[in-house]
Amino acid sequence: MQSSAPAQGHAPGVATRTGHLGRSYLIGLGFALVLTVASFWASSTPLVYPRALPILIAVLAVAQMGVHVSFFLHISSAPDQTNNLLALAFGVFITALVVFGSLLIMSNLNHNMVSMDQLMQMQR
Amino acid sequence: MSATSESLGLEGAIPLSYQGPAPTRVVAGFGFWLFLLSDIILFSVLFAAYAVLSSASAGGPTGAELFDKRHVFLETLCLLTSSVTCGFGSLAVARTDGRAMFVWMVATLVLGATFLGMEVTEFSGMVAAGAGPSHSAFLSAFFALVGTHGLHVGLGLVWLVIMLLQVKTFGFHPMVARRFFCFGLFWHALDIVWIGVFSIVYLGAH
Amino acid sequence: MFGRLSWAVIPFDQPIIMITVAVIGTVLGSVLGLVTIKGWWPYLWREWITSVDHKRIGVMYMMLALVMLVRGFADAMMMRTQLALAAGHAAGYLPPEHYDQVFSAHGTIMIFFVAMTFVVGLMNFAVPLQLGVRDVAFPVLNSVSFWLTATGVLLVNLSLFVGEFARTGWLAYPPLSELAYSPGVGVDYYLWALQISGLGTLLSGINLTTTILKIRAPGMGYARMPVFCWTALASNLLIVAAFPVLTATFAMLLLDRYADFHFFTNDHGGNPMMYVSLIWIWGHPEVYILILPAFGVFSEVVATFSGKPLFGYRSMVMATMAICVLSFVVWLHHFFTMGAGADVNAFFGVMTMIIAVPTGVKIFNWLFTLYGGRIRFTVPVYWTLGFIVTFVIGGMTGVLMAIPPADFVLHNSLFLIAHFHNVAIGGVVFGVMAGYNYWFPKAFGFKLHEGLGKAVFWCWFIGFYLAFMPLYALGLMGATRRMQHYSNLHWQPLMLVAFAGAVLILFGIGLTGVQLAVSIRTRARNRDLTGDPWNGRTLEWSTPSPPPVWNFTQLPDVTRADAYWAAKQGTGPSLAGRPDSPVEALEVPRNTPVGIFVAFFATILGFALIWRIEWLAVAGLIGAVAVGLWQAWQKNRELIISAEQISEFDRLNMRGPA
Repeated sequence: MQSSAPAQGHAPGVATRTGHLGRSYLIGLGFALVLTVASFWASSTPLVYPRALPILIAVLAVAQMGVHVSFFLHISSAPDQTNNLLALAFGVFITALVVFGSLLIMSNLNHNMVSMDQLMQMQR
Repeated sequence: MSATSESLGLEGAIPLSYQGPAPTRVVAGFGFWLFLLSDIILFSVLFAAYAVLSSASAGGPTGAELFDKRHVFLETLCLLTSSVTCGFGSLAVARTDGRAMFVWMVATLVLGATFLGMEVTEFSGMVAAGAGPSHSAFLSAFFALVGTHGLHVGLGLVWLVIMLLQVKTFGFHPMVARRFFCFGLFWHALDIVWIGVFSIVYLGAH
Repeated sequence: MFGRLSWAVIPFDQPIIMITVAVIGTVLGSVLGLVTIKGWWPYLWREWITSVDHKRIGVMYMMLALVMLVRGFADAMMMRTQLALAAGHAAGYLPPEHYDQVFSAHGTIMIFFVAMTFVVGLMNFAVPLQLGVRDVAFPVLNSVSFWLTATGVLLVNLSLFVGEFARTGWLAYPPLSELAYSPGVGVDYYLWALQISGLGTLLSGINLTTTILKIRAPGMGYARMPVFCWTALASNLLIVAAFPVLTATFAMLLLDRYADFHFFTNDHGGNPMMYVSLIWIWGHPEVYILILPAFGVFSEVVATFSGKPLFGYRSMVMATMAICVLSFVVWLHHFFTMGAGADVNAFFGVMTMIIAVPTGVKIFNWLFTLYGGRIRFTVPVYWTLGFIVTFVIGGMTGVLMAIPPADFVLHNSLFLIAHFHNVAIGGVVFGVMAGYNYWFPKAFGFKLHEGLGKAVFWCWFIGFYLAFMPLYALGLMGATRRMQHYSNLHWQPLMLVAFAGAVLILFGIGLTGVQLAVSIRTRARNRDLTGDPWNGRTLEWSTPSPPPVWNFTQLPDVTRADAYWAAKQGTGPSLAGRPDSPVEALEVPRNTPVGIFVAFFATILGFALIWRIEWLAVAGLIGAVAVGLWQAWQKNRELIISAEQISEFDRLNMRGPA
């Protein structure tokens, strides 16, 4: 019995569950709209604790990216999607490294940097 | 039993990785997926630069002063909806329905062009108001990040027009179907990047 | 009309350059003239320039690398000569403004156009053959990648006599590389050459990754792939992940220079250190991109010439993938001294030491493979043994500098220079030379001369130690890198020893050319008639030498690792899945000039951007896009090879089922 999936798996974006194709996009749109509105509302309302706002926006953004990956790109943990998922995971790892690594290092450097006032004093 | 299933000691299904070369559609799609991931890493560098430089406004205008959230919300709706219309267009390509494909893809084109038009308006307004990229590191980073995304959207729209012309020439030849498929991946990925943009740049402005 | 271009940019007043240009022009002119007179252009165009065959493209990459090795080494000789002379009151012969361009060009060429090019060439040639398939995933893209690399080479070499090259080192740190401090075209040549060839490299990375993950012979699961293919996978994943960082960072510097942006400028809030951090996020994975395929070559060579399977296949694979991931978390060790706090420095120092562990695992695996084997001391084995000794020394000095306090003394000294040449030469150069000698018979149908090959090895091996061990000592004594002149006369004897070493290596490079010429002359005697000159283990040795365009008449049916070896020994089934089925016609991708045409327009675009000639840049861009659109409308891209043609080829090469 041959597996019905093609050799080496499906390309990303191919819906593997037949019959649910159109619905996938509509459900995704629904979730994405809710999350988008929530993001914009949260950033302009006084009801959200300001210190928590960046994290809330980040969580909503990540959730929405997940909606896109799952409902629009049809990437899942199915065995014929393994390559695609691993490649995505690698990409996410590198992205996180670049962004957070840069932020960490640059703030560390800035922290150790002589401040402008001190610098001016040293010039005299 | 094939030599492969015998060597694996299986009587049933052979795992995918042992089944030999993948079909062209899978190969093309995966290759393009890798390209998209490399593009996302390129964006991550621009995001990193923006994050580091976002407070370096060198005494000039800051994000909080410049950005109009309602404008951005409308842009977001345009791009999100265009992703969905693109999805429906892909389904039409899969069932070789020329008319439906044309309707959905033109809708994608119109929504994408609206997004781009709104962004161009925003940029030219900023430049006219003395907040162009040469005024501070923050503005340089903003224009580079959001501008690169806009450039990708513009190139995507050109690609879409080319695809519509290709359907006219070749019909739904497998080569054309593969390319539409790659376009769909591209378009969805751009929307994913935009989520990052509006969250970090516009909603995170200070 | 011509932007910043004028007759004044040609350095007529600099004799060294003019003589060099005259020599290059004469050589190039002679070669082109010879080709024209002999009527070889149609053959070259049909069989090589427009080829989309991974074997031909791989060979062209390696030829390009060898030519650029001569250019990069000429820069090295110039530096060694200058440093041998310029002690105390002596000024040497190379003024600082010129010396700066020489060391910048040396590093840029050696990393981007020798090492990368050779390694990509080896992977291109060998990977599809080892995987038992006909070609890479995207053959036309492969051709484009190669020709874009050639564009980068052309631009860098043009800078020699039209304008100038960068004086900013091989990584062009701002603020020195910003317009305010480098107003000339040098940095622009550097940036555009690398952006264009970098795009080629990225596309090549996507191509090979897709090939390894999606296009393998039936039955070749991941655990049955040769180790060279695993290291190629890791290297190409790194290319896909790291090169976008280089592209984006260079794009930001270009925006600063061309459009008055302020990413890395001193004023308006720019942050030059951010460039340093970003460029090394690319830079560290880059060195692993170079070394991993070399490790792969050594794995193949060691197993083949010991007559034993590679020791610890699983741990080799895990070590390779571990290096792949870890290479992304060490980059700060390139700038320990530039202001990070002790805690951040400590983290990256520890990570740097950790990444040495999987490499150590590999070294032990190679040693355990050799142990108990019946070793044949061929030229590739010489290079391998030389590597094991040399690379370990280089790795140890690296771990030494991974300790931040030690690095504070040694950063940017000649000790650092000695370390990275130690691992680059001992690792990458020795690896590609081993691969070159190992796979040459497969590519051309005859072996390289053994005796001369060993002579080349000894010149490099002894030359390397003479050239670089003194530099360790000099670094500890306080000598810095990129130094055009020094006042401490006690350093001069060591500089002279280093110069002698460089001369020996030069001799070795010359002997490589001699080896090639002699091998071609005596090829009738050294023919590889069986396709398996080394009694190899992997699938490429089951094909004729050279293989036909289609590689395998029937894709081999793989039932285990080292399937070809098992079939030869009788311990495994034959490779033919269906030995009795008739030979079928095959489709192969048609040759196409798309690659060279895209590169042609890319060269025009690059040159025009460098010299700020707007109309020419637009023309170049339009041309490149037009070629792409033309390609998009090509439907008939396959060539059918008839069954008769295949049977005839097999008959002539006495091929039956393996």
